[in-house]
Amino acid sequence: MLIAAIRPDSVNFPLFLHVLGAMLLVGTLIGVALATVLGWRSQDNAQGLARFSLKMLLLGVLPAYLLMRIGAQWTESEQNYPDDFDPSWIGVGYITADAGALLILISLILGAFGLRKLRDGSSGGVRFARIVGVICILLLAAYLVAIWAMTTKPT
Amino acid sequence: MQFVANAVKDLLAVDLYDWLLFLHVLSAFFAVGALAALWGLILGTRGAAPMLDQRSAMTYGRTAGILVGVGMLGAIIFGVWLAIHEEAYQVWDGWILASLVLWAIGGWAGGQAGRAFESGPGGRAAGIRFQTINSVAVVIILVLMIWKPGA
Repeated sequence: MLIAAIRPDSVNFPLFLHVLGAMLLVGTLIGVALATVLGWRSQDNAQGLARFSLKMLLLGVLPAYLLMRIGAQWTESEQNYPDDFDPSWIGVGYITADAGALLILISLILGAFGLRKLRDGSSGGVRFARIVGVICILLLAAYLVAIWAMTTKPT
Repeated sequence: MQFVANAVKDLLAVDLYDWLLFLHVLSAFFAVGALAALWGLILGTRGAAPMLDQRSAMTYGRTAGILVGVGMLGAIIFGVWLAIHEEAYQVWDGWILASLVLWAIGGWAGGQAGRAFESGPGGRAAGIRFQTINSVAVVIILVLMIWKPGA
């Protein structure tokens, strides 16, 4: 805990990028989830909301994830932790980030298919957007656990 | 089963400081996250043929706006509580005072942005200006929280 609490100055900038990336990631996921829920409730503009959520996924979630993940790796390397330093909170961070990467990748593939179908005017695009929205809600739940682990740093 | 037992044990081992820090950071995540979601809305509703109709955009904007407000309120309540609870920090530390001033500016600008967007398409430019002020204030607060100048 003491090692984690004392922070060299060189860590601040990568940590800033990591936290900002994580906040933007959560924000863009909230945006996708919100548009999905609104699309469920309002059938009138379901196609517009689906297009909006899939574009936010492609243009917002992916860059935010990369900023968060690169920032995390850079922060850890600047911390110069001892070789035997392997706390569970870093483990939780890695698990949620890497499992999240897989789910984001699946979402991106589904999102690309969905956008293509929406461009063709097919209703299948809305279905793809809803699946992506559900994945984003699951990711938000996982990142809630990660935020808890990163801030409370349980032993 | 062992994993669940360990997780519950970890949860109970966390003290008040850790809970306050978690709730403070979580609130900040909601505030900054919802601001990012609102920027997505601004981009998604530009041009002559926006992706979202007026009603969907308003519902989305109001929900995200409420989330920004809840996040900012939580961040200040748990942040001040943390500063009082933790002996290493005082509410009158320069970086905390600067954050409080920026929080007030950001909160005011956020309220103005909401009112401008609610007034219709004519208020969009003013809404974007106030949204920019709020976002810049929040990012500077994040910088202060990480660097803690003078602490």
